[in-house]
Amino acid sequence: MLVVGGRPTEAKLVGQIDSASIVGPAGKNAGRDSIGLVVDERVVQEVKGLQRGGAAARAIELKEAAGSGTVTVLNVGEADTEVIIRKAISIGADDAIRVNAFPKDAFFVAQQIAHYAKEGGYDVILMGKESIDFNGFQVHGMVGELLGIPTIAPALKLDIAGDTATLEREIEGGKEVVEVKTPFVVSCQQPMCEPRIPNMRGIMAARTKPLKVVEAIGQSDRTAVAQFALPPAKQGVKLFTVEQAADLVKALRTEAKVL
Amino acid sequence: MSVLVVIECDHGDVKKSSLEVATYGAKVAAQLGTTATAVAVGEVTAANLAKLGEQGITKVLHDADARLKHFVNLAYVKLIAAAAQQESAKVLVLANSNIGATVGSRLAVRLEASLATNAVELPTINGAAFTVRRGVYSGKAFADVTLMGERKIIAVKKNSIEAEHAAGQTAEVVSFTAALTDADFADAPKEVKMASTEGGILLPEADKVVSGGRGMKGPENWHLIEDLAKALGAATACSKPVSDVDWRPHHEHVGQTGITVSPNLYIACGISGAIQHLAGVNSSKVIVVINKDPEAPFFKAADYGIVGDVFEVLPKLTAAVKALG
Repeated sequence: MLVVGGRPTEAKLVGQIDSASIVGPAGKNAGRDSIGLVVDERVVQEVKGLQRGGAAARAIELKEAAGSGTVTVLNVGEADTEVIIRKAISIGADDAIRVNAFPKDAFFVAQQIAHYAKEGGYDVILMGKESIDFNGFQVHGMVGELLGIPTIAPALKLDIAGDTATLEREIEGGKEVVEVKTPFVVSCQQPMCEPRIPNMRGIMAARTKPLKVVEAIGQSDRTAVAQFALPPAKQGVKLFTVEQAADLVKALRTEAKVL
Repeated sequence: MSVLVVIECDHGDVKKSSLEVATYGAKVAAQLGTTATAVAVGEVTAANLAKLGEQGITKVLHDADARLKHFVNLAYVKLIAAAAQQESAKVLVLANSNIGATVGSRLAVRLEASLATNAVELPTINGAAFTVRRGVYSGKAFADVTLMGERKIIAVKKNSIEAEHAAGQTAEVVSFTAALTDADFADAPKEVKMASTEGGILLPEADKVVSGGRGMKGPENWHLIEDLAKALGAATACSKPVSDVDWRPHHEHVGQTGITVSPNLYIACGISGAIQHLAGVNSSKVIVVINKDPEAPFFKAADYGIVGDVFEVLPKLTAAVKALG
């Protein structure tokens, strides 16, 4: 199984956002601060997410349940992402690959994953739903199409027996039970599995497990970010007392015009 | 050259989000001086497809194959790709839904197209330069993305554009088939479990949402949320802790790891407003927060608020909404 994830490029993106002209009524500095703040919190979350959450944790559970197999972690990112890769290894992955490149756009990343997935002959390729910075929700489908295999996205459940997987795919307003043969791509959505906390043995072992650094293949000239911008600042909350509940409803009709 | 719009259907009718997508596609077609054709997926009647003329669609391609009633990724991709080839579509527009984004990302590879998901505005087209604004950082910021490929695919975020209704306009419905084989149905669902809304409104399609958090104290108090939702014609939702303890089903969980919504009105009852929850709601047009803790972080993201006990406030709001008529 190949787990793809952890795109901790926020530090880079902060750099990009800083240098790009941020336009918005809040002004340049206010904008930078507010994005910077979000990014900081997200970095922490991402680390926790990869450590405990979805794709990697479920892959390791499945490997343990089957009593055989390997779990490889793959990340497309520069050297600073290795901290995160080690965290994923510490919950029980066997080895890791880092494709040494800045993840320029979804198609670029998908090409790397498809190339190294093919090379490794993995039977299941697991990833999250979308990156928490760009919210693309694109890579899973692109990898599936590049490899000519099905993609199930986003999946709430994943079970594998032999070469057949049973998944629950979330669609708007419900879910579908889907059965596919390996190999396939799955984009994992919580609550797929219980969080996994690395133990001391795992953390120590992660230091010595192989982390292969490979170079990127190909390139993408499909998309480019021209600039970042901020939404208009909120006016601030307009408070009503409990007794004024009816006035709030009136304001929603006459002022906000949403009723 | 034309614009091809992917229309998602369910229970015989076009989904509301797809009416927005149709409007978006027709406007892009007007920008490019061409017409917008639609290709429909899911269960729908020809009469309802003809009504897409109201959104500016001139022609609708429809494959009535019963196997396409429910979402099948590979078959949908093949059908849409065939339609795009037939129509020489340079721009493809879909909903930024689980179906739309999943299909769109595969099509981007198959059609060698540039893809922008989560688009929030019409594109800016300046000669050959084609730029689309899309939401990033869970709605906290936008990125203007230039689509350099000759073909472009845009997945439009719900509630980013208002659906137009030009009464009396109809689209021509044309039957269409792609040469689908059994292999295209490799991911066909064995079973479809739709959430029971008991006559209520489906959350991802809702204009108004009433959402409850741990401050509701237990599932037995949810009638207060439901009463207000019913009076407003709103869908009900909840925070992650609430679905984690099974007070409410997972499909109602709004937030970073649940559903992202962008309704016109989001009323949060007894939800503190953790950043993970805000990530799922902060592109709502108007946010109302009811919480007894004046320090709840949600008030910072709100437009309107009441500092007070939800058990006292909710019945008052429901009565006031009913009184509005």
